Formats: sequence, C-alpha cells, structure tokens
Amino acid sequence: MTTPPFTLPKRKTTVRLGDRIFSSSTIVAGSIILAVLAAVTLFLIAQSIPALVAKQGTLPGITTNFWDYVGPLVFGTLWAALLALLISTPIAIGVALFISHYAPRRVAQVLGYIVDLLAAVPSVVFGLWGAKVLAPTIQPFYEWLNTNVGWFPLFSGDVTGTGRTILTVAIVLGVMVLPIMTAVCREIFLQAPRLHEEAALALGATRWEMIQMAVLPFARPGIISAVMLGLGRALGETLVVAMVLSPAAVVSFLVLTSQNPNTIAGNIALQYPEAFGLGVNTLIATGLILFVITFIVNAIARYVVNRRKAFSGAN
Amino acid sequence: MKFSRIGSIAAVAVAATIVLSSCASNEAAAPSDSNSAAALTGTLAGIGSSAQGTAQTNWIKNFQTENPDVTINYDPQGSGAGRTAFISGAADFAGSDAALKDEELSGTFGKCAPDSKAIDLPVYISPIAIAYNVDGLTDLKLDADTVAGIFKGTIKTWNDKAITALNPDATLPSAKITVVHRSDDSGTTQNFAQWVSANAPTVWDAEATQTYPYKVGDAAKGTSGVADAVKSSPNSITYIDDSAAGDFGKAQLKVGDAFSTISAEGAAAVVAKSPLVEGRETNDLAINIDRKNTEANAWPLVLVSYLITCQTYTDPAVGTLVKAYAGYVASADGQTAAATAAKSAPLSTDLSSKVAAAIATIK
Repeated sequence: MTTPPFTLPKRKTTVRLGDRIFSSSTIVAGSIILAVLAAVTLFLIAQSIPALVAKQGTLPGITTNFWDYVGPLVFGTLWAALLALLISTPIAIGVALFISHYAPRRVAQVLGYIVDLLAAVPSVVFGLWGAKVLAPTIQPFYEWLNTNVGWFPLFSGDVTGTGRTILTVAIVLGVMVLPIMTAVCREIFLQAPRLHEEAALALGATRWEMIQMAVLPFARPGIISAVMLGLGRALGETLVVAMVLSPAAVVSFLVLTSQNPNTIAGNIALQYPEAFGLGVNTLIATGLILFVITFIVNAIARYVVNRRKAFSGAN
Repeated sequence: MKFSRIGSIAAVAVAATIVLSSCASNEAAAPSDSNSAAALTGTLAGIGSSAQGTAQTNWIKNFQTENPDVTINYDPQGSGAGRTAFISGAADFAGSDAALKDEELSGTFGKCAPDSKAIDLPVYISPIAIAYNVDGLTDLKLDADTVAGIFKGTIKTWNDKAITALNPDATLPSAKITVVHRSDDSGTTQNFAQWVSANAPTVWDAEATQTYPYKVGDAAKGTSGVADAVKSSPNSITYIDDSAAGDFGKAQLKVGDAFSTISAEGAAAVVAKSPLVEGRETNDLAINIDRKNTEANAWPLVLVSYLITCQTYTDPAVGTLVKAYAGYVASADGQTAAATAAKSAPLSTDLSSKVAAAIATIK
C-alpha cells in the first residue's frame, strides 16, 4: 500500500457573494468609463473626417481650408483660459491662505462653504450675469483704461461699446474656476507640516515670512495641479462664452475691442443650430481639436504632479 | 474611518455639483402621447426656426385646445437644424427662415412618400427693424446706402455727414456708433443682408448669408442677446426682429422717394407683391422677396419664414394631421394669433388663399 503523495485538500478560498458582486461591479464601472471615452473619440474622429479631407472652398462659410478656420478658435480658447487663470490664480491662493492661515476658525468655515457654493451656480446663470450686468457695468472702466493706459499693448485698439470683450469673459470664467482652485489650494495649505511652520515662527519669522518659507514651497505642486484643474474647466466652458463674448474670426491680443477671438466651445454653441451638411462636420472637427487640447493639458498636469509627488499632499 | 468616509462623500458631492453645473442647454422635452378616437388624434414633431418660436407656441396652444387629442411639439433649434431633421425624417414638419434649397429638393425626404417632394408654405412674415439707442433721438431717417455704411463700418459717428444730410432737424451726438449684430448664424442676418445688398450694392459688397460678413461692431447671441446689448449700450444700433425691438427707437427707411415707417401692413404688402421662386412645383410657395419695392409705406426689410411639409406623407395619418395644423396656421385665426403674440404681419388675402390651396393638397 502506497501512501498517496500528500496534497493539500482542495479548499475553496472563501469568496462571498458580496465580494464577487462588488468586484465585478467595479470592473464594469471601470470599463464603462473606457468604453465611453472610446465611443466619444470614435464619434469625433468619424464625424470629423469629411471636414478634414474636404477640398478647399467646399466647407460652408469658410473660404480657405479647415485649419485656417480652426486657428483663431484655438488661439481664442487658450487666450481666454489664460486670462481667466491670470485673474483667478492669485485670488484663489489669497482666499485659500486666508481660510487656512489667517481667518478665525469660524469665519474660515463659513467662507469655505460660500466658496464651495459658487461651484454650484450653473454656468447659464454666470452667462446671464456676465451679459446683462457685468458687461454694461464694466464698459466705462474699459473706456478709461483705453484712454489712460492705452500705451499698454493689450489695452490699445478701438474700445468696445458694449463691454462684451474677451476680458469680460475671462473675468466671468475666473469667477467660475475660483471654487475648485480655492478648494484644492486650501487642502494643500492645511497639509503644510505644522512643525515647519512652528519652527519658522520660533526663529522669529513673521506670519508672511513663515508662509513664504514653510507653506508655499511645500504647496507648489498642489497649486500647479489646482491651476491645471481650473484650466481644464476654463477651456471647455461654453455657455458663458457664447452669451457674453462678441466674437470675430481674428487672432488678436487686444482685450478691450469688439473683435475678439472666439473659443472652440463657444463657437460650436453659436453656430451649431443653423449648421447643416459639412458645416456640422466642421464644427465636430473643431470639437476634436478641443478634445486633443484638453487631453494635452491634463497630461501635462499629470506629469507635473507626478514629478513632484514626494512633496505634494497626494501621498 | 468615519472622517475619510465623510470626506469621500463630500468629494463625490463636489464632483457631482461640478458635473451637473456644467451646461446642458438643449434638453428636448419628452413627447407626450395621446390616445383617444376623436376626429383628430396623434402626435406631430416639428423642429426649426427660432423666429417662429413664439408664434408656434401660440398656434400649438390654440390648435390643441380645439383638438384635445392632438399633441404637437415644436423645438425651435434653428432653421438649419429643422431642415436637416425634416430631410432625415426626424421631424414631421420644419420651420425655416429660408425656403428649401434646390440641392435639398433634389434629394429625398424621410417622411414623404417616395415619389413626393417637400413644399414650402410661407406662414410667418415678420418685419425687421433698424433699432437704435440714442438719447433724445426719436425719429431717425436712413437710406439703404447709409445703413450699409453704418453696418459696414465706413460711417463711424452719429453726426457723420451722410446721417445729418438725411436728418437736418435732428440733434445728433458726436459719439461713436456702436454697431451690434448677431454672433450666431441667423435668418435675420440673412434677410437684412439681402435687403442691404439689393439696395446698396456699391457699399455692401458681401454675399448675403446667415453669417454677418464684416468685422465691425459688437456681436451678441440671439435676438434677446442683441436686444440686451443695445439696451445697455448708449449710441448703439442694430437690426432686429420687430417683435423684440421694444422701446428702442426705430429708424424710418427710404423706400422709393419717401421714408416709410415700419409696419406689419407694409411688410405684408411687400410679400404679397413679390413673385414666387420660379421652377418649383405648383404647391411650393417659396417667395422671391422683392427687396426693391418702392410703393408708399412698403417695408421691404422683411423676413418670411416657412412651414415645410411633405406634399404626400408615407403615413396618411400624419398627412391628415399636418394638413389640419397647417390649415389652422395659415387661417385668419392663426395669423391673428401670431400677430398678437409675436407682432408678425398677417398674410395678405391673396397669398393666404394661395397657401390655403396648397395646404388642401397635402396628403
């Protein structure tokens, strides 16, 4: 009689039903997002091809080719987003620092809620506010800027009569991206090592010097990712641009004139209702370009954040 | 941990808010269905011109009150979108500020019987005003060349010689003229451009399309956006559907040798005297608007918007319904309803009977 070689009894590892359901549902959820992204990409590419390969002069309303049409729009998209960030970044950092380091605890909490509340305002409301309130109110100020600071290249040119310039759009966009940027900055500032801050103060630093030495260097990658998040939102904003901007097909750095470069998203919103045939394909092709731009921006943001992972609050 | 769980819920909430607060402006209303066996039953879907929007809302309301078992949905997405949807068969009828183009007519139509074509029925005539916002200026007189100059940017101030010559008695400011035009493609722009290019061809050298051709002045979205911009900017001028011109000053235009004031009758008279587009089927009433009409009080700066339907529908039930609805729209009742609600110009008797005859042949 030979003893069979010893084997471990085959025992099922305990996989409970709940485990199985949960793991498969996460897999499904994960694949859905990929499938959706792939579907959107395929749609954009398939619908863009007719416009991209169209012969010169065959696209409705466009005398030259597609790239001449999309050029000013790409410029306008980036320019409006850049202006918006120039406005909102310092404010976001200021508000976040105030909440995290200056304000009394209770004030800080209330202010935090209010900033978050801004994020819940629908963009159409911002658009109405920009077109009906901000533009007419700010127009006299633009005239003043134009006459008195007109030597500054951006403020030169024929000043607008309605206030619907790219600067007005940038201000509204700046307000819109403020909440998300403030929220991220605030979290990062709060994570600045307490010991560093106390050490700085103990060495005789004032509060501002302490923030300069201990908080800001630590928070830099976090601030960058906040800016990138804001940029992503500003690039794609549609309704505000469509409702507030006075667009023209130009590449112009002047921020106070009536002839402003339009953004891709704003242009689609304006022209889609009356578009037909190849015109629709052209607009979708500009959408594809926007998709690529946002993809690149997000990739850069990822790269920056990953490179500085050791210091960011992310780990 | 409890704390991080609250944190993650908060994160989801924040993300949801951001996602939800980004725009979703074009959510179509779900069609409601009706079921009963009265004279007329069923559901019609129309898509098209936003200029007709107000009028369509009123027509539908009145028609549905008369025929409680009928549901009509009109989605004012725009003329181009309406024609595209009608051609593909997604809509039972379309509203359009321009008649079907020849190349569109040469194709097939989704809802029409194979051997049948679509027809254009003029049902909505709307005068376009040259509206301005200048303090103290009440009756501005302009001729086509001056209008073209202002909107092309060659006439830059209110006290320009060209304007003062036409308005010797008015006190005109020395201020810069702020031209406001549409930033989106629009039938209003196209009709305005057709009028200027017909009457001032030497100045207005651009083709008349739905896109504003010159890089002049400020642009705003839609009729309401343009109205807002003019309202809030002193010394501005625009072309705008009369129904939205509200309290603005409205310029008189030189027609022939006299100046005429904007009026629904003047607009209707111009359309009534205009010939039909040639080479179309008998029931296709596409109008070739006579922009150079010189009769007294005529207002050739006018927009004609069409109801586009099939001559014969594949589904006779849809045909019956469209026929009844179009019949009401073109009737005296329907035209009065639109005139009251949207300040449109009722069809003249002559044109009205032509439209009625065309509608009678819809199957």
